[in-house]
Amino acid sequence: MSARAIPLLDAVILRQAALDALPKLAPAKLVRNPVMFVTAVVALLVTLLWVRDLLMGNSGLLFSGQIAAWLWFTVLFANFAEAIAEGRGKAHADALRSTRSETLAKLLLHPEDSKDGQWQQKAADLLKIGDVVLVEAGDTIPADGEVIEGIASVNESAITGESAPVIRESGGDRSAVTGGTVVLSDWIKVRVTAERGSSFLDKMIALVESAQRQKTPNELALSILLSGMTLIFLIAVTTLWGLAGYSGTALSLTVLVALLVTLIPTTIGGLLSAIGIAGMDRLIRFNVMATSGRAVEAAGDVDTLLLDKTGTITYGNRLATAFIPAPGLTDRDVAAAALLSSLSDETPEGRSIVALAKGQYGQAEPDAKERHAQFIPFSAQTRISGVDIDDRRIRKGAVDAILKSISLTIDTAPAAFRESVEIISRSGGTPLAVADGQRLLGVIHLKDVVKPDIKERFAALRSMGIKTVMVTGDNPVTAAAIATEAGVDDYIAEATPQDKLAYIKAEQAKGRLIAMCGDGTNDAPALAQADVGVAMQSGTQAAREAGNMVDLDSNPTKLIEVTEIGKQLLMTRGSLTTFSIANDVAKYFAIVPALFLATYPELGALNIMHLSTPESAILSAVIFNALIIVALIPLALKGIGYSPIGASALLRRNLLVYGLGGLIVPFVGIKLIDIIVTVLHLV
Amino acid sequence: MTFIGWLQIALVLGAVLVCAWPLGHYMARVFEGEKTILSPFLVPVERVFYGASGIKSNKEQSWRDYALAMLAFNAVGFVALYALMRLQTALPLNPQGFSGVAPDLAFNTAMSFVTNTNWQAYGGETTMSHLVQMAGLAVQNFLSAATGMALAIAVTRAFARSSAQTIGNFWVDMTRATLYVLLPLSVVLAIAFALTGVPQTLSGSIDATTLEGAKQTIALGPVASQEAIKQLGTNGGGFFNVNAAHPFENPNAWSNILSIWSMLLISTALTFTFGHMVGDRRQGTALLIAMYALLITATAIVYWAETSGNPLLAKSGVDIAAGNMEGKEVRFGQALSALYVVATTALSCGAVNTMHNSLMPLGGAVPLFLIQLGEILPGGVGSGLYGMLAIAILAVFIAGLMVGRTPEYLGKKIEAREMKLAMLALLILPLAILGFSATAVMLPTALQSLANAGPRGLTEILYAYSSASGNNGSAFAGLSANTPWYNTTLGISMLLGRFAYVVPVMAIAGALAAKKKVPASSGTFPTHGALFIGLLIGVILILGGLQYFPALALGPIVEHFLMLAGKTF
Repeated sequence: MSARAIPLLDAVILRQAALDALPKLAPAKLVRNPVMFVTAVVALLVTLLWVRDLLMGNSGLLFSGQIAAWLWFTVLFANFAEAIAEGRGKAHADALRSTRSETLAKLLLHPEDSKDGQWQQKAADLLKIGDVVLVEAGDTIPADGEVIEGIASVNESAITGESAPVIRESGGDRSAVTGGTVVLSDWIKVRVTAERGSSFLDKMIALVESAQRQKTPNELALSILLSGMTLIFLIAVTTLWGLAGYSGTALSLTVLVALLVTLIPTTIGGLLSAIGIAGMDRLIRFNVMATSGRAVEAAGDVDTLLLDKTGTITYGNRLATAFIPAPGLTDRDVAAAALLSSLSDETPEGRSIVALAKGQYGQAEPDAKERHAQFIPFSAQTRISGVDIDDRRIRKGAVDAILKSISLTIDTAPAAFRESVEIISRSGGTPLAVADGQRLLGVIHLKDVVKPDIKERFAALRSMGIKTVMVTGDNPVTAAAIATEAGVDDYIAEATPQDKLAYIKAEQAKGRLIAMCGDGTNDAPALAQADVGVAMQSGTQAAREAGNMVDLDSNPTKLIEVTEIGKQLLMTRGSLTTFSIANDVAKYFAIVPALFLATYPELGALNIMHLSTPESAILSAVIFNALIIVALIPLALKGIGYSPIGASALLRRNLLVYGLGGLIVPFVGIKLIDIIVTVLHLV
Repeated sequence: MTFIGWLQIALVLGAVLVCAWPLGHYMARVFEGEKTILSPFLVPVERVFYGASGIKSNKEQSWRDYALAMLAFNAVGFVALYALMRLQTALPLNPQGFSGVAPDLAFNTAMSFVTNTNWQAYGGETTMSHLVQMAGLAVQNFLSAATGMALAIAVTRAFARSSAQTIGNFWVDMTRATLYVLLPLSVVLAIAFALTGVPQTLSGSIDATTLEGAKQTIALGPVASQEAIKQLGTNGGGFFNVNAAHPFENPNAWSNILSIWSMLLISTALTFTFGHMVGDRRQGTALLIAMYALLITATAIVYWAETSGNPLLAKSGVDIAAGNMEGKEVRFGQALSALYVVATTALSCGAVNTMHNSLMPLGGAVPLFLIQLGEILPGGVGSGLYGMLAIAILAVFIAGLMVGRTPEYLGKKIEAREMKLAMLALLILPLAILGFSATAVMLPTALQSLANAGPRGLTEILYAYSSASGNNGSAFAGLSANTPWYNTTLGISMLLGRFAYVVPVMAIAGALAAKKKVPASSGTFPTHGALFIGLLIGVILILGGLQYFPALALGPIVEHFLMLAGKTF
């Protein structure tokens, strides 16, 4: 991850962005942004008038020339903001893409014949969907695809940043491979499932390149609002010419244009595209790839998170937490026996029994070899494992299986034993019985351990208004216990993929937006149905295609970050819109008295900033209007900090900062610029 | 400003709120088709109407059908009224023998009464026959108000429903608004007005001999009943030319209080209806608080500006302790004159008991700005509520994003379509007001109608177009508006202000009704608390201010500063 971090304002990106800002002046590109298009059109108008005045030797060239220049700067600054955001996004995406550019693939000539290994070299770019390629140790996988034969360890660090290799094999849930990753050992045959240009990476790159970027629904609605406001101000300014004429003031086009451009929402209009791109970019930096901007917006709206218990809420492995003796024995007796029986048990459960016995129960490491221990491995039929050591025959396993092996049933077992089994089950744990020969020793309490801090995260989500739902294959008793411990709002026990899908549909029918993550092929329908479906990079191709995001780290808790990024994106838009509109109040107080000072000196009373001259007032407002775009670029790129403090508190905070701030800042800013303009005798 | 004055204002507004609460809930039951106290008498009447006109009262309409029915109904009303005026010579009940009304004036007047504007470019007692007054204008007083109520109820249903294709039946809503609300209230109110001394007679006029021995004809008529619907329906078209300043329309303090109370009543009650129908009373109350906070603030400004009096008069040695009394009636006093001025423009009533052109510059700026805000405080009957909802949608959109969710209002997501339609609606007022005003000030013929020069003249023109576009109907006076130019352009302004505004709003209603209601969570932006009320007030003021500040600066604002500098117009 650290290699991915690019400083907010990187010199190389800035330089490139400055160059990229110019070609963006092309009308075809500008027209995508109505506010900036209007600004450019009137800038052109003022420039043409300036040239006319220059040729005719009219006066006031310095003033109108500067106005024209700053109008162009306004447009350029907006282009610059967009170019920086694009540059950063591309830098992140290029880092991913570079791995693949020169890859040569070994295209199998007769893939239908698995014995025939004949292949020819082909550039990765030229592969088509359905082609089958051979990838051997040391080769780079040329394209996204599915393993159809073989097994290999793959280094996916190029996209995940995680250096530990992962296993990819045909069939099952680990058959998907990503272009650009490297096979470390063995070989696999891969069927190409995505042509260059349609893989996740390419889709993601498209999202950070403005030319191909589709406006997301909310961005579109906001653009309409901004265009509407622009039209309203166009009406207000155009009609002002007539009203001023009546009042005995002939307003020049230059000052009318200055008024128009300062009033229309250029700040948010100029930064809107950058905000959207930066949102995508933030996702990339979190190692999440989205296939559409719509999904990112939806993430901010999510009401319900469907989380798999295993790996997300709990560590996924049952761990031993206590030894409970049968009547007449001590817990140390149980611990000693359990330790012996688990010495060769390499499962997480077995290891946790060893660790618990040695740690909390102070057992010493027994010398199994010297004592000719004979281990009986776990089998699915008996559901028992154990050890024959000295003259002891220690067995551990499922309670009913152990009881059966010593000719007991749960009803005939000692009452105390029965009680502890019940307590463990009720608390959501798994009891493992331990026996020595025909003697029942006691119970091991295995527990699904809930990750630390997860309860706090869920509480934070709750205050964001997001409901968390735990999905588990456990029985309802176990599920309820874990749900309580983790602090989720709801759970689906003994969940089948159909249950998940049904739950999502039911929630959606109530008007809620659902996010979930999944990795298996059987998760695919639910991933597709969910509003935000995050597929794990480690998952199957089907899952990855059904979801609208892929998490390269395969970390299910990341749903929470994804939601926050979505919220941040929307908040940044809203806050800068509010700021932009609030700014207009000060601009009126700067420009309106300046426009009519000659006719109505009494209107000078509205010049509450005491700007030095009418020209300086107008120029200062225009300069402020252009510079504020640049000043807010870092904020647009970084996004406004989200904290889960509830909607009211969040709104109060943002209204105070960006609403009230938006009212006050331009008064100060315009005054300062006026002082500088006056000192430098610019007008 | 005096304590007694504020007490009067508080008592009137308090009486409005006390009566609006039960009325609001009564209306909700009426429009939801539930049983009310009047049902036993009116349900049979309703049935007769539906049976006779072939309306299936249980069949609801989509927003398109609803809007089309509304437009068709009003188009017929317009044509009928226009024809009545043009042909009044040939029609009965024209004892004074008035000639047919001129085409431009007939167009203007018909538009004016159909759109609930009641802008009067004519003197009622000297232009219109009794038939026109009774079968034309008075009928439209009811129908235009009922139309507004029906539209507001349809929009309310859009918020109340989830995944619905229909928003009610226009014909049913119209019938119920008239039968259950307007008619009963008008009867009661007419009697109350008569009790305060407002004449209610069918005799035309009486001749009186003055003390000097001169003969004077004093016009009379069914004033109390006209006054009732004029105020209740926020129509504002007076029986007499000088409207509620006339001693027969508004004889004393009691009738004045009754006038203010009755014009505020239904619009205020509709906010309660809204809360009731969307199933969350706090939502309606929040809108109401925002409306009244601004209404009271505006009253304070006018009250202050008028009681401060004219400093120029003070300089010339006149005692201005009573404040600026020019154009005011002594029997109403400063406080209730100020409240009347504000209420009639914050609503879309337009009745006047004070000459607005005689207000101080800032005192006159307030009613002008209130109209330009769209008359949503609490606004015209029905139109105030749906106007306010359009602004609320905008406020929610701008600020709602700041909580990190795509904006939603009352569980309805506000998306591109709603935004497009809301902007379309919000463009209408500035386009009509500023567009026509700027054109008028450049036309020599239009300028000839002005009584005053300079900023005051500009204010007169701005006020006329604001009043027409906002469907207010009050006149600033000083502008001789009965000319072809003004009759035509003001008529068009009224048309745009009513119908070009409401069609997009109805389309929003259709879009919202079809949406699912998103359940609220702690991540949802709450639209009932103090924060939202503050935000709504902020958006109303900033949005309105940004649109009209330059125009106002050249009108009343500069006039205020010029007055301080000793210049008048």
